[in-house]
Amino acid sequence: MAASFKDTLKSGEFIVTAEVGPPKGTDIGEMKQHIELLKDKVHGINMTDNQSSVMRLSSLVGCHIIKELGGVPILQMTGRDRNRMALQSDLISAAVLGIDTVLCLTGDHMTLGDHKDAKPVHDLESVQILKAVRTLESGKDLGGNPLKGAPSFCAGAVVTPEADPIAPQLLKFEKKIRAGAEFFQTQAVYDLDNFKRFMDYAAKFEVKILAGIVLLVSAGMAKFMNKNVAGIFVPDALVREMESVPKKEQLQKGIEIAGRMIRTLKEQSIGHGVHIMAIGKEAVIPEILQVAGLL
Amino acid sequence: MIVAERKPFDEIKAMLAGYGKVFILGCDTCVSVCMAGGRKEVGLLASQLRMSFKKDGSDVVIDEDTVERQCNKEYMELVLNKLKDYQVVVSMACGAGAQLLADLTEPQQVLPGVNTRFIGMTPKDGNWVERCRACGDCVLGETAGICPITVCAKGILNGPCGGTDHGKCEVDKDKDCAWTLIHARLDKMGKLDNIKKIFPPRKHGVKTHPASQVHEVYKGE
Ligand code: SF4
Ligand code: SF4
Repeated sequence: MAASFKDTLKSGEFIVTAEVGPPKGTDIGEMKQHIELLKDKVHGINMTDNQSSVMRLSSLVGCHIIKELGGVPILQMTGRDRNRMALQSDLISAAVLGIDTVLCLTGDHMTLGDHKDAKPVHDLESVQILKAVRTLESGKDLGGNPLKGAPSFCAGAVVTPEADPIAPQLLKFEKKIRAGAEFFQTQAVYDLDNFKRFMDYAAKFEVKILAGIVLLVSAGMAKFMNKNVAGIFVPDALVREMESVPKKEQLQKGIEIAGRMIRTLKEQSIGHGVHIMAIGKEAVIPEILQVAGLL
Repeated sequence: MIVAERKPFDEIKAMLAGYGKVFILGCDTCVSVCMAGGRKEVGLLASQLRMSFKKDGSDVVIDEDTVERQCNKEYMELVLNKLKDYQVVVSMACGAGAQLLADLTEPQQVLPGVNTRFIGMTPKDGNWVERCRACGDCVLGETAGICPITVCAKGILNGPCGGTDHGKCEVDKDKDCAWTLIHARLDKMGKLDNIKKIFPPRKHGVKTHPASQVHEVYKGE
């Protein structure tokens, strides 16, 4: 039996989680392969929730499959597609299925995805979803009505250490902690000095922070993210390192960089672990872990 | 004020297919200020339609007038009589004005000549921006006079989402992130504590649609 994520957080171990995206459609073959590949190598597997506002298999069902296959699921829950009624209903449903770890997110805006004309919900945002989790645990719902059986969760959230300006981000980070977040998975970090500074600030809080590691698959991707993705900053030196090898070897270079960063974070005890996002390249995560010395 | 934009000419003309006597009724309040449905715009639309129908060889009668405020019964009573002879009235007022017109002229056909868009303000001539979604529970006092419900694309209440970037919104790089603005202004005011508290979920139940209100003095009438 794999340890529950709450126990892993308490263990003091270097924590490793990885993200798996559910399919758009009923063919869950590849998703299952990724889960099988990762379930014994990481402490938890995040299942994304209509990530980037692209309609997919639900994170709840994805997590159920992780559970069936013997992994530890982390349920991502955004407030974009569900109001407080549906969110609470999904939360107690998750608890019944034995899914006890939830990552609370506001959710990307509907217009960024593949159903631009859908009505965005945003009845609750990340802080309020965390609060909802804690409220349900108290045996009541957000309407103040008693529950017949209360769930119990390990709740987490996201923070962007590279946000610019940083002050509003930190104010929200602290609110998430007050709302009940026990762990954080960060937006991608590439500049470990910056991340260390963030960790120096965050050290005073009783929460576990897993550095977001997004696999660079090409130099082009690094440049694209620098230009277009909020809160991601890939230092020049890393972009140059990616460019230093021919295109077809850049994925390998990215694996090397990701592995090296994880190794450094672990060796220098910066943060409490990592959250690996290999976006579409989940199959190479074991290789990253090997380079990191974790396999 | 209410901001609207005139429907495209072709759409209006298509709606009028088959009618021989058309009246265009403008409103000289909000939609006049945003240059969508005031006296001038009504005149312009009427002439455009006359010319266009004439060119098609059809002799449609197009008449026009503009009232002070189409959402107000007193002003509307001044024009109701003259609308009687027409098969259709195109309302150039906001959706509220058009509905009062339809109520008062039932069973006459009323058609919307504008698309009503938002409650906004005029930062500079010819520009309008949405600033209030009429949520019924105003928080401007805590958010430095910047509305998170409206100016934030997600209408969220506890600080910026993860998509905010260098003060811009994830939805549109040309739009400011409301929560960056709120944070910056509260910082200047020395009132950041205002937003350190956790705002609870909004009470949507207090405002089911359609909302209504009655002034104290008129209660029981
Ligand atoms: S909070 Fe915003 S939407 Fe609500 S009344 Fe005030 S300005 Fe309007
Ligand atoms: S970027 Fe700012 S304004 Fe845009 S949705 Fe996020 S918090 Fe709201």
